[in-house]
Amino acid sequence: MELKSHIVVKNVSFGYTKKAVLKDVTLHIGAGEIVTLLGPNGCGKSTLIKIVIGLLRPTQGKIFLNGADIADLSSKFMAREIAYVPQIHRSSFPYSVVDIVLMGRIPHKMFFYRYSDEDITIAHNALERLSISHLSERPYTELSGGERQLTIIARALAQGARTLIMDEPASGLDYGNQLRLLEEIINLSREGYTFIKSTHSPEHALWVADRAIMIKNGAIFADGRCDDIVNSENLFHLYNAKVDVMRVNGSLWVCAPQAICGGMEV
Amino acid sequence: MKRNLLFPGLSLILIMTAAFSMTLGKYPLALSDITGFFLFKVFGVGSIDPEQCRLLGSLLFDIRMPRIIAAILIGASLAVAGTSFQAMFVNPLVSPSLLGVLAGASFGAALGMVFSKSWVAVQFLTFLFGFIAVLVSVGIAKIHKGNTILLLVLGGVISGALFTSLLSIIKYVADPFNQLPAIVQWLMGGLSLVDRKILLAAGIPQVVSIILTALFSGYLNALSMGDEEARALGIPVERIRMLLIFLATLMSALTVVLAGMIGWVGLIIPHITRMLVGPNNKVLVPASALIGAIYLIVVDDVSRMLFNVEIPIGITTSLIGIPFFAVILKKARRGWS
Repeated sequence: MELKSHIVVKNVSFGYTKKAVLKDVTLHIGAGEIVTLLGPNGCGKSTLIKIVIGLLRPTQGKIFLNGADIADLSSKFMAREIAYVPQIHRSSFPYSVVDIVLMGRIPHKMFFYRYSDEDITIAHNALERLSISHLSERPYTELSGGERQLTIIARALAQGARTLIMDEPASGLDYGNQLRLLEEIINLSREGYTFIKSTHSPEHALWVADRAIMIKNGAIFADGRCDDIVNSENLFHLYNAKVDVMRVNGSLWVCAPQAICGGMEV
Repeated sequence: MKRNLLFPGLSLILIMTAAFSMTLGKYPLALSDITGFFLFKVFGVGSIDPEQCRLLGSLLFDIRMPRIIAAILIGASLAVAGTSFQAMFVNPLVSPSLLGVLAGASFGAALGMVFSKSWVAVQFLTFLFGFIAVLVSVGIAKIHKGNTILLLVLGGVISGALFTSLLSIIKYVADPFNQLPAIVQWLMGGLSLVDRKILLAAGIPQVVSIILTALFSGYLNALSMGDEEARALGIPVERIRMLLIFLATLMSALTVVLAGMIGWVGLIIPHITRMLVGPNNKVLVPASALIGAIYLIVVDDVSRMLFNVEIPIGITTSLIGIPFFAVILKKARRGWS
């Protein structure tokens, strides 16, 4: 199992005994999986993400990337394998979209780097791949939230990383852009990209219909196929909210809060 | 402006501004006098009366050239340090004084003027305390674990306040007839005391720092996206940031050594340059060096030509910079979130 898994999180704890943020978390993630992390605020999702990407060092335990302990890997090497897509943010400076995507080439460069024609081609290909070539010269600060998120994903592609780690990528996006984002994630995963993303919306896990990991109080509470574990009972445990999880049209799942729907008879 | 014409164009403007400024002064010269003098000196072409030649030589080499070169070095240094800090601290409204370098350097200068007779000692103390002030800022951030942007900025506020109050003590104990006026004058900035020796001593490290910052400018783009993103791009954020802070401190402390306090250049030049060439630091850093140099030559010309008496250049840069800042404030309001 360990040999085959792309990313292994082994007995990872973070924080001090009294206030542990993560307690003995163990995970195996295969290449091409879309893993959705679910859990209430402060459960340790973001910490786990930062540990996997090497931004935080675990107090205990280890992370393995393709069998190698990431503590032994250079940050440059890591960046070529794993890309980080943060929540949408405003840049303070109006860099053009292509300039932002080109930053993804930094891990492939030496000190005092210059971008080669190849780098520029790679950046434009990444933009084209996400159908946002028309934005390439636009200032990033003037883009919509969805366009900005796609720009950062394009940067991750230009980075050459096969694994994308996303911290609440959909937060701050309008409904349509959330759906478009999920669609791009599904498309890319078919090409072999691995995704680890956190979200506040259980439906996002259900729609992507791959794997969900539920985290509560710094420990894994459930891990499995979305259809199996994202259910009314687990969501109650996780969020302390009464929710019905229903299938619509025989395929798509929706969550209906009971309190608001008045415990509708379905 | 077209990218491939930008740097030749700016360099040409810089050379023309410098040449024109050579003609300005109490003893006005025509451009032809200067070219004639250089042709005679270098190639032995033409003939100049030996008395005239000595006069021109001392005027150009001892007075005007050092002054113009100092203006170029100071303008470029402050502009590059400002650009670097704005990207590094993810805020287009910060200036090179953010970590207290200018406050520390002014304290050092005042200390030297009160307790030492030697001008070299004053210059050395200026430089030394510029660095000490930045070390205090970085140290405060380190005590609180890490050099995150916010901690560094708060460290800078504390360090700046500390050295400003120390400066007040020095002013208070200074002899009010000789020392105090000298300190006050120095703090208002002026290029008239620059000589060739100090120009060489300060100029070489400044030029080296500017070049190194320009070479690292690609990392500034990534740093300005925030620490986590920069680190996720494989950049050793802490190390690069410390190096860039060191270079910016070196450049800015040396501007105080050369000409006292000259404010606002490091804030507004990066802005003007960004409006002209865009925010990409790979272009912005070298372009702001050239524009900063041009700007300071022009402002120095204004300072010495506008009235019969020379106005301290720090006053002129403030009088130009403050209204400009008020106008652009709205455009650049985004800061730390």
